Amino acid sequence: MKLIVTDPGGQTHTLEATPGWRVMEVIKEAGLPMRADCGGCTACATCHVYVDDAWLGKLKPANEEECDLLADSYVQKPNSRLACQITMTKELDGLPVTISEDAT
Amino acid sequence: MNSVYTTDAIIIGAGPVGLFAVFELGLLDMKAALVDILPKVGGQCAELYPEKPIYDIPALPVVTGQELTDRLMEQIRPFEPKFFLSQMAESLTKLENGHWQLKTDMGEILEAPVIVIAAGGGSFTPKKPPIKEIEKFEGGGVYYAVRKMEKFRDKNILIVGGGDSALDWFLNLQPLAKNIALLHRRDEFKAAPDSVHKMREMVAAGNGKLIFGEVAELHGDAPAVSAVTIKTKDGEIIRHECDCVLPFFGLTMKLGPIADWGLNLEQNLIPVDTEKFQTNTPGIFSIGDINWYPGKLKLILSGFHEAALMARAAYDIVHAGKKFIFRYTTSSSDLQEKLGVK
Ligand SMILES: Cc1cc2nc3c(=O)[nH]c(=O)nc-3n(C[C@H](O)[C@H](O)[C@H](O)COP(=O)(O)OP(=O)(O)OC[C@H]3O[C@@H](n4cnc5c(N)ncnc54)[C@H](O)[C@@H]3O)c2cc1C
Ligand code: FES
Repeated sequence: MKLIVTDPGGQTHTLEATPGWRVMEVIKEAGLPMRADCGGCTACATCHVYVDDAWLGKLKPANEEECDLLADSYVQKPNSRLACQITMTKELDGLPVTISEDAT
Repeated sequence: MNSVYTTDAIIIGAGPVGLFAVFELGLLDMKAALVDILPKVGGQCAELYPEKPIYDIPALPVVTGQELTDRLMEQIRPFEPKFFLSQMAESLTKLENGHWQLKTDMGEILEAPVIVIAAGGGSFTPKKPPIKEIEKFEGGGVYYAVRKMEKFRDKNILIVGGGDSALDWFLNLQPLAKNIALLHRRDEFKAAPDSVHKMREMVAAGNGKLIFGEVAELHGDAPAVSAVTIKTKDGEIIRHECDCVLPFFGLTMKLGPIADWGLNLEQNLIPVDTEKFQTNTPGIFSIGDINWYPGKLKLILSGFHEAALMARAAYDIVHAGKKFIFRYTTSSSDLQEKLGVK
């Protein structure tokens, strides 16, 4: 299963993702720049990513905590999500995400 | 000039691990002082997740971040730790007698033979909004915290943000201010409903202004601020006169001055040995999230273990030449006396 990540420098990496892992965990494990300070507790927004528009519909909608955190970000876009709230499943094989400024 | 506060161990960081270190040091007859940049104790537990449950503290099946902090405070009370809160541990120097002198950014001076760095993820520092040249205005017209309210008397204040800090300071500074306004990006606040209600009442009564939008630019003879340009929610550009801008966008953690203390650092963590949890500098220990050793896990329970072994090693420095006897709190009347239970 693949996760396609564009880092803040604009470079694209194809990562091997384990089903059940969160996108944040896959990115961190690959050593790409992502702070994820709170370890996935929806408390920090330092795992903020942009999800490719075509894939947005396949994700579970964000809960209230996630929406609140993203709304406070200065770099929020309509396709903003927290990478710690997206779990890799079959349907998400090949998901493209871009790491936001918040995460570095 | 401030007097010097002398103790046995100075702990930098009053997170859960720094707090528990007071207990372990205390059992071995060492007094401690704690320094933290936050106005409260508890570190990440109290600042980032006071209401979230923790499930992996031994013998506490579930406890919230704040409850854990409160319980630690109760546990260390017999040892009467001295707290230096709302201040940053800034510089560390070795004295001729081998002791360490620590200075804080509030001018406090502390001295002790042992330093314990329990700085966790680093010192909590305010998140800065991305406004052009904001650094130029810091300290003159832009403030990320209120240390003395008097400073803001008779000023034209603009508070930016929609969380608890923004709302609390709007309410607290309103009576002092000449004029006060609250600027937030949208008509939705992430603060205690009661504060939001009070703020709306004040605004309705004409005691303050509420604006929806964001700061686009700061004006003035830097570092002084004379006005800001605001881009409103509806896309309008307005000029707002004010001499103090207070952005409240939450906190992030940064290593800060500890990086300049000549310690070995690896990716902003402090390597230690796993016998004493000492750094490359004798007398300086490091425990909790900030340290690193092979196999390190950033868990509260690991930090507690590290505190116990650190205290054992610190004993040989503070009580040099004295023999160490290992005792249990269950059976030692000596320890029970220290805990005030006997
Ligand atoms: C959302 C979330 C959930 C978590 N859940 C768990 C869990 O379930 N179980 C678990 O074991 N762990 C959990 N953790 C991790 C746990 O909170 C940390 O391991 C723990 O807080 C580390 O404690 P500490 O005392 O080492 O550091 P911290 O709690 O980070 O405290 C360090 C303190 O030092 C202060 N400081 C740093 N530098 C300076 C300076 N120069 N001057 C003054 N003050 C300074 C900081 O302001 C801070 O208050 C969680 C963390 C988060 C964010
Ligand atoms: S890691 Fe903190 S919100 Fe995702």
